[in-house]
Amino acid sequence: MKYIATFLILFVNWLIWSGMFDSFHMSLGVISCAIVTFMSHDLFFASGQFHFRYITEFIRFVLYIPWLLYQIILSNIHVAYLVLHPKMPIEPSIITFKTTLKKDMSLVAFANSITLTPGTITMDIQDGKYFVIHCISRKVADDLLSGEMERKIARIFGEE
Amino acid sequence: MIMLSVILIITGVFFFFTATFGLLRFPDFYSRLQATGKGDTLGSLLVLAGLALYNLSNGISLASVLVSVKLLLIAVFIFIANPTATHALTRAGQDAGVEPWTKEDKTR
Repeated sequence: MKYIATFLILFVNWLIWSGMFDSFHMSLGVISCAIVTFMSHDLFFASGQFHFRYITEFIRFVLYIPWLLYQIILSNIHVAYLVLHPKMPIEPSIITFKTTLKKDMSLVAFANSITLTPGTITMDIQDGKYFVIHCISRKVADDLLSGEMERKIARIFGEE
Repeated sequence: MIMLSVILIITGVFFFFTATFGLLRFPDFYSRLQATGKGDTLGSLLVLAGLALYNLSNGISLASVLVSVKLLLIAVFIFIANPTATHALTRAGQDAGVEPWTKEDKTR
């Protein structure tokens, strides 16, 4: 099963990047995707097994992206305001908070979402529980501590 | 269509500008990373979206749609790579013992 899934993902990518749909290039794609699948089938799915819930998780993650983009735009405007303000009203601080997320995948998604939204950087995750975050101002720290993003991530990966 | 793509590109360049400006103005290592690591993501997304739209304005065919999809995929990869790199840099700074600047010590 995981062979087929890896092969399909690779082949869709091949089609998008090559953009040639004649039989010669298609068969080249099939051959190279088959070789890569054979060599790296154990890399793609960390648990070593393909589950159908990966598909629903992927769809829910795609649905989460517009909200993330909206947050990114909002906080980017906030950071642009901080940069251009003559007095530069920044209050850098480092906060630590405990997360309820457990799976590796959701921790990575949460950490990357935090770093993507301007004004907050994930500095460290200690013992897979405590997030150490560098915040540029009071406002972004409050936004983060409201926990909305964490709840959304938990819903995506079915941890509620 | 071209108007819209020009607006997108100019907004993107504006965010690149604030990112660079922040890099020059902010007081310490971490807050400088805050400005650059992030302004870039939205800036590059807007610029690439503008280019994708501009590419479509010459007429929509399979080839031009594929080029636009590729441009947007570049943005997707930036969105994965950029926070990871920023995190790695902050982590390295933390491990090397760089002290974060706080509001209290006004000395730069």
